[in-house]
Amino acid sequence: MKMRRSPFNSIREHLINHANPGRFLWGTAAQVHLSDVLTGTYSDGRAPDLCGKSVLLATQDQAAAALALIELDGIARRIIVCPPDLAAAHFPAVIARGEADAIVSDYDVPFAHDLLRVSSVAGIAGGAAGQDRPLQRTEWVLLTSGTTGAPKMIVHTLASLTAPIDANQEPGRVWGTFYDIRRYGGLQIFLRALLGGGSLVLSSAGEPVSDHLGRLAARGVTHLSGTPSQWRRVLMSPAARLISPAYIRLSGEIADQSILDALRSFYPDSRIGHAFASTEAGVAFEVNDGLTGFPASFIGSRGEVEIGIRHGSLIIRSGRAASHYLDAESGPLKDQEGFVDTGDIVDVRGERCYFLGRRNGVINVGGLKVYPEEVEAVINRHPAVRMCMVVGRKNTLMGALVAADVVVTDAAVGVPNEILAICRQSLPVHKVPATIRCVTALEIASAGKMVRHYA
Amino acid sequence: MSIKETILSEIERIRLAGRAKDLPGLTDDLVLLDSGLDSLGIAVLVTRLEDSLGIDPFDDSEFASPPVTLGDFVRLYENAAQSV
Repeated sequence: MKMRRSPFNSIREHLINHANPGRFLWGTAAQVHLSDVLTGTYSDGRAPDLCGKSVLLATQDQAAAALALIELDGIARRIIVCPPDLAAAHFPAVIARGEADAIVSDYDVPFAHDLLRVSSVAGIAGGAAGQDRPLQRTEWVLLTSGTTGAPKMIVHTLASLTAPIDANQEPGRVWGTFYDIRRYGGLQIFLRALLGGGSLVLSSAGEPVSDHLGRLAARGVTHLSGTPSQWRRVLMSPAARLISPAYIRLSGEIADQSILDALRSFYPDSRIGHAFASTEAGVAFEVNDGLTGFPASFIGSRGEVEIGIRHGSLIIRSGRAASHYLDAESGPLKDQEGFVDTGDIVDVRGERCYFLGRRNGVINVGGLKVYPEEVEAVINRHPAVRMCMVVGRKNTLMGALVAADVVVTDAAVGVPNEILAICRQSLPVHKVPATIRCVTALEIASAGKMVRHYA
Repeated sequence: MSIKETILSEIERIRLAGRAKDLPGLTDDLVLLDSGLDSLGIAVLVTRLEDSLGIDPFDDSEFASPPVTLGDFVRLYENAAQSV
């Protein structure tokens, strides 16, 4: 397949060529003029030290990550973009597989003391940012949940990440995202804002929804993106009335008809679209007719994206896809023809395709993937657990929640609470089961495996 | 236990498991998202209430007028229980 040449060599080069004034990156603590990014530095002028390095980017503050991405792209050999909730236990594997030799961070990251360390802050100071640095094509490595708990490491380039982005946007857009920019969906919004001539409002960890909405309103947000679950949360906030974005975007989960209708009635003047994307396959398509699912006419070749259905699951081929996994056990990312199998089961009914769920049992909790096996491994640590099965349980607010059926040796009253305590210690909060049910047996198939009922 | 008592005790259980401090009292006009439950916590609440009360009013609502305050939330369940 022919790869389209990307119009973007590096974020920095693009900003130099489009240095129109009045563009900002707003965090909770700092406001950064985007033109200052070109002459100043977030890193105390130490960016040149990071030339050619494989850099682990692990910050608590989202705006600090944004500034580091701008400075690192084009000079680092590789940026390993850590999501904010990456568990401490995963850092050794991520550092080893990513061959990290430097770290940019705003806190004391565990297991990273051997790396060249550059502190990052959510602001810009004057001083050399290394304008005459040699330019190189930086690998962007994104992390998503893996079956065993160790994250999958997915390799993109600025070219694949920006392939879905139209650089010729009308200027003056103010973007906002409820989805963190260190995950694929949020990163798309970050890049759209930077490369499309706009500004961006970012939240920080723990910021209440009402405060975030208040800041979005104060900055006059025009383009706002989040998962369906995040939009449901917005509608439950009294501050939802403060904003009136021209464009509302949903991605990361199935957008059902009820959330599309609720947004339509709450924001009657907004254009509302939902996108289908995955970290591996990239953005496949956007649906703007206000209806759930997507037109069956999308199947086939449209522009640079080819979409098909194989064994019931959506497959996608385009220059927007990642190139490969860094970790060997994740297997090949594409098949021999270059298609990425998304694992999302679709059903064609007449002129429309609908999403039914995931083939491999992955649970999508508000846009975050959970592999049942990872949660089961944690539950099985409790000495009274003989076996367990983790399943997704449908939930109107978050799409799905994690639920566990557990067979215990003695159904002591306290066991479910003890299991929950172990899960809370070892797992991010969205992976902790919402309910634990003690059952007497679980179905075992003749091959000796538990019977799982998937979509 | 009444529906309201069931809801309040379930909220307390979820809050207890979280790490939030300075939790506000559970009054009718308390904004649900300010209760110490984030959206995941509210989703967990809805799932547990489905098990204990046998109803999920969100299941067939169009989500057109989502509950904002604790009072709204309790009313949603009381109304759903009457129509069962």
